[in-house]
Amino acid sequence: MAYIELRNVSKSFGVGKDRTQVLSNINLEIEEGEFVAIVGFTGSGKTTLINLISGLMMPDEGEVLFKGELVTGPSHERGVIFQNYSLLPWLNVRNNVGMAVKEAFKKMIRKERNKRVEEYVEMVNLLPAINKLPKELSGGMRQRVSVTRALSMSPDVILMDEPLSALDALTRGNLQQEILKIWNKDKKTALLITNDVDEGILMADRIIPLKPGPKATLGPEYEINLERPRDKTALNHNEEYKKLRNSIIEYLIQIGEQRASKKENNYTLPDIKPVIKPTPFGRLNFG
Amino acid sequence: MKDRSIHILNFVGLGFFEPAIRLASGEEVKKNLIVLFKKVLLPILSVGLFLIVWHSGATYLYTIEKDARIEKALNDRGEAAALEMKTCVESGDISCQPNTLPSPSQVWGAYKSLLMDHRVIAQKKAAFAEKVAATNAQREAQGLVAIKYTGRPSFVDQILTSLKTVFAGFLLAFFIAVPIGIMLGLSPTLRSSVNWLIQIFKPVSPVVWLLLVFMIVKTLTKNSDSDSSFIISFISVGLCSMWATLVNTSMGVSSVDKDYINVAKVLQLNVGQKVFKIILPSSFPLIFTGLRITLSVAWMVLIAIELLAQSPGLGSFVWEEFQNGANDSNSKIIVAMFVIGIIGFLLDRIMLTIQKFVTFTEETA
Ligand SMILES: Nc1ncnc2c1ncn2[C@@H]1O[C@H](COP(=O)(O)OP(=O)(O)OP(=O)(O)O)[C@@H](O)[C@H]1O
Ligand SMILES: [Mg+2]
Repeated sequence: MAYIELRNVSKSFGVGKDRTQVLSNINLEIEEGEFVAIVGFTGSGKTTLINLISGLMMPDEGEVLFKGELVTGPSHERGVIFQNYSLLPWLNVRNNVGMAVKEAFKKMIRKERNKRVEEYVEMVNLLPAINKLPKELSGGMRQRVSVTRALSMSPDVILMDEPLSALDALTRGNLQQEILKIWNKDKKTALLITNDVDEGILMADRIIPLKPGPKATLGPEYEINLERPRDKTALNHNEEYKKLRNSIIEYLIQIGEQRASKKENNYTLPDIKPVIKPTPFGRLNFG
Repeated sequence: MKDRSIHILNFVGLGFFEPAIRLASGEEVKKNLIVLFKKVLLPILSVGLFLIVWHSGATYLYTIEKDARIEKALNDRGEAAALEMKTCVESGDISCQPNTLPSPSQVWGAYKSLLMDHRVIAQKKAAFAEKVAATNAQREAQGLVAIKYTGRPSFVDQILTSLKTVFAGFLLAFFIAVPIGIMLGLSPTLRSSVNWLIQIFKPVSPVVWLLLVFMIVKTLTKNSDSDSSFIISFISVGLCSMWATLVNTSMGVSSVDKDYINVAKVLQLNVGQKVFKIILPSSFPLIFTGLRITLSVAWMVLIAIELLAQSPGLGSFVWEEFQNGANDSNSKIIVAMFVIGIIGFLLDRIMLTIQKFVTFTEETA
């Protein structure tokens, strides 16, 4: 049995006429120790998928299983790196991370806890900023704190919702290596949401595209059998890498176009130009 | 050192001293001169203009009143009396001064006389305390109540009494409004079930609150000889002023950012931790804004309530002076007005400074 399993999961938002099914019939299996990346378009339901696995949301249909048991709520075993950092603005870096450590290791004495916090903050090179408040940090630093907070709880699974999207290419590369190092060291299971195919290939064992919503489903999966540790510059000359990258991107372009053409069929606009008369109060009335 | 003091000044809301300090250390002279002009000179000019308008207004009213007096003397008692009245008024004799809006200098005089009065009374008090010290010690040993000074309170005593009342009222508002606000914020059911009551009670005027509290406290304190006027006025102040805090607290608690709630869920915080570590800190800014409004409302209604409840304090000082109708009564009322305004301003500044200390500011980016 898979470590994480999603069976025919569907999720809708809204009520009545406004109800839209965001995710439809999602089936996913992740083995223990595996690193899976999901690439998808914006608004397709990636965060929703993460929320379903973390237990922050419940599926409308189907079930989410973790270690063979039904997920009924969040748990320390599944750490989440939120898309928008979600650091608590009134706590400094030390306390933001410390709060997580305290909850995950209730029995730990204070001194040990502090040591652990510092150790993890050190890992993302933020020790000089450990006493700063989130508002005093750059976007990238905040993202690193957010990563640290999730990892410091030593979860069995790390769920990452576009954890590196706000970073420049250089910092991004560094942090990718950091995350890989941690994943490799403790042999965690990892699910990475990303909008960057290269990032997915560099980090994951498997890449699965999420089709554009509404009613998004998972596309065909791509195994990545490149040898680890993978080096970004070396990969650029690797034939297998190039082939894989091209086929994934082609697939994404293809489903992207499908979406565009589907839209066109739905709303064929009449070939007329609106006549806009100037109206009083500067308000335009298209009624 | 310089930067430090500027920082402190800015923090307590006295940032307008900054250019003066920078100027004194010869930093960017031209720029700081302009800032100094804008931040210090212009306000001083506007105060000056205000004093001029006040002075000429007062002079104008004075002339009307004076002419009316002389005319009245002329009509009632003939020419000689009118002339006498005229010389009397012009000599500045207190007995025949026209009673109208006092001029700035008269108010300044009244201020000084109030201070003098305070010194005299303080001396009397000290003397009294010395005189009864031995007796009081004896009475205490016998388990009797000590003899207290019962003379007229000075202006400063009145101010202190008012501050005490407003502080008690504010504390009452705090201890009622914050916990209830939190509970309302946490439970939408509770919130909607008491919403009507809150909406109805919120706009009720201070006078009505006072009467309501009076009805209740009068009955409750029937058999005790405690000072019920203080109790009545501070409870009324608290009830009048607590609504801003109540509404703001419940709003702050109920509108905590969903992201923070998600953090609480993922960390699996229990209910208590969720409230104290996530919900309260994130609603602190709103709660504090409410408390600031509460304190300023409390100070504002306090004067009216003291005036009505006949409890000692600035309000009753104003009322007594008004009824007293002595020569410098009007000036004293204006002194009280400025004192009330300045204290209100200071209280707000203090709250603002505390707020800066205990709450986080949202990122400025
Ligand atoms: N709590 C919610 N209530 C209503 N609609 C929601 C909610 N959460 C998400 N949605 C809707 O579901 C869809 C998918 O949202 P989601 O946040 O999962 O997208 P995403 O793939 O993470 O996008 P992005 O790449 O921009 O982060 C969107 O259309 C969004 O409006
Ligand atoms: Mg998202």
